[in-house]
Amino acid sequence: MSAVSILFRRELRLALRQSADSVMVIAFFVIAVVLFPFGVGPEPNMLARIGPGVIWVCALLAAMLSMERMFLGDYEDGSLELLVLSPVALELVVCIKVAVHWLTTGVPLICAAPLLFVMMNVPEEVWPVLLWTLLLGTPALSLIGSVGAALILGARRGGVLLSLLVLPLVIPVLIFAAGAGDAVLFGDGAKANLMLLGGILLGSLALTPWATAQAIREAVA
Amino acid sequence: MLHFFANPTRFQRLSRRVEPWLLAGMIVCFAAGLYLSLFSSPVDYQQGHTVRIMYIHVPAAWMALFCYTAMAVSAAVALIWKHALADVAAKATAPIGAAFTFLALLTGSLWGKPMWGTWWVWDARLTSVLVLFFLYLGYMALRDAFDEPGRGARASAILVLVGFVNVPIIKFSVDWWNTLHQPSSVLRMQGPTIHPDMLTPLFLMAAAFQLYYFWLLLVRIRRELMANRVRALRHRQAAAE
Repeated sequence: MSAVSILFRRELRLALRQSADSVMVIAFFVIAVVLFPFGVGPEPNMLARIGPGVIWVCALLAAMLSMERMFLGDYEDGSLELLVLSPVALELVVCIKVAVHWLTTGVPLICAAPLLFVMMNVPEEVWPVLLWTLLLGTPALSLIGSVGAALILGARRGGVLLSLLVLPLVIPVLIFAAGAGDAVLFGDGAKANLMLLGGILLGSLALTPWATAQAIREAVA
Repeated sequence: MLHFFANPTRFQRLSRRVEPWLLAGMIVCFAAGLYLSLFSSPVDYQQGHTVRIMYIHVPAAWMALFCYTAMAVSAAVALIWKHALADVAAKATAPIGAAFTFLALLTGSLWGKPMWGTWWVWDARLTSVLVLFFLYLGYMALRDAFDEPGRGARASAILVLVGFVNVPIIKFSVDWWNTLHQPSSVLRMQGPTIHPDMLTPLFLMAAAFQLYYFWLLLVRIRRELMANRVRALRHRQAAAE
């Protein structure tokens, strides 16, 4: 069995053992979206108009909640140093952790999204585009968030600091994802926005593992 | 040659010789620039005297981008060559850059109200400069979040380099997107579109801001070096007890 698959299964088993984390992320996502009809009033057309944006902002905040734990557990008990010293490239280790993070956080968010589409009265023709934006955007969130998660290892108040660091960097993802939803609502195609989202995903897939690995090396040095 | 200036004592000697010149140059440029911009330069045919905000707003915005670029270069030098002063330079630049960004946003807002009818608009240029402001704040927060100062320095260096992608986005945002903000008028392939009567005070104010930055940077670096020495002395005293 290759080292990669061993690592992958270890990360997956650890994440699933603490399945409460995923459930909390979904619960926060749902509750945060549900607050908006209470706040702005339940008028259906207005909810439909702000629906894609609100759902995406809450998905972003829910993803931020779980980001801190990507490396913190291993950092605190010393396994991160062992991973740095292992023969597997640290960038690959980072990719595995990000993949498991996405599977246990991003995928549940995508599964919970249709429920929230109904609650925010999002028109049916927008659903596929929004699901595509979530599919393309949540891995990018995990990737860019991994840089922040590695930078705050050992910092005081790391959780809040992580949000302050990562949210400005993921604003483009939010702009294009919500823009895709709005584009369909207004009759234009969402293709340009989806292409740009795909570009951001591919770009962060290429660059962030290296940045995160550097940050981890600084953290354990 | 880079490591020639890494010796803090040599740097302190050099900076003490250079600082008075920077200060003098800055005062001259400010005096000339402010006189030309506020009194002697022409009014705009559409905006009247309100155009004079440009002489503060545009140099502040240029300095905001320049400071972030300087921070990114210092961070790269610190990470790659472990240059002693590069770290300190990045830390010293951050609050100055944040202040310039805030000044650019504030003066832009004050200019926008009479010109565009609104204090703020979510177009590409304003949004990306606001993101730049948050990146500055994030850098300063991360730098101070660690008990060990070296760890904070290295982590924030990586953060600056990751955020540098925002700088070209700001520069080209007015060309790539339909924005309310004016398109590039100075740093363009075809040369500036502003008349020399307005370009001269603009460049004078930009030079004044630059000299101010360099002067303040040297002062802050000296302060950081002294603070480091005080910290080292305190550690040595605590260890001796």
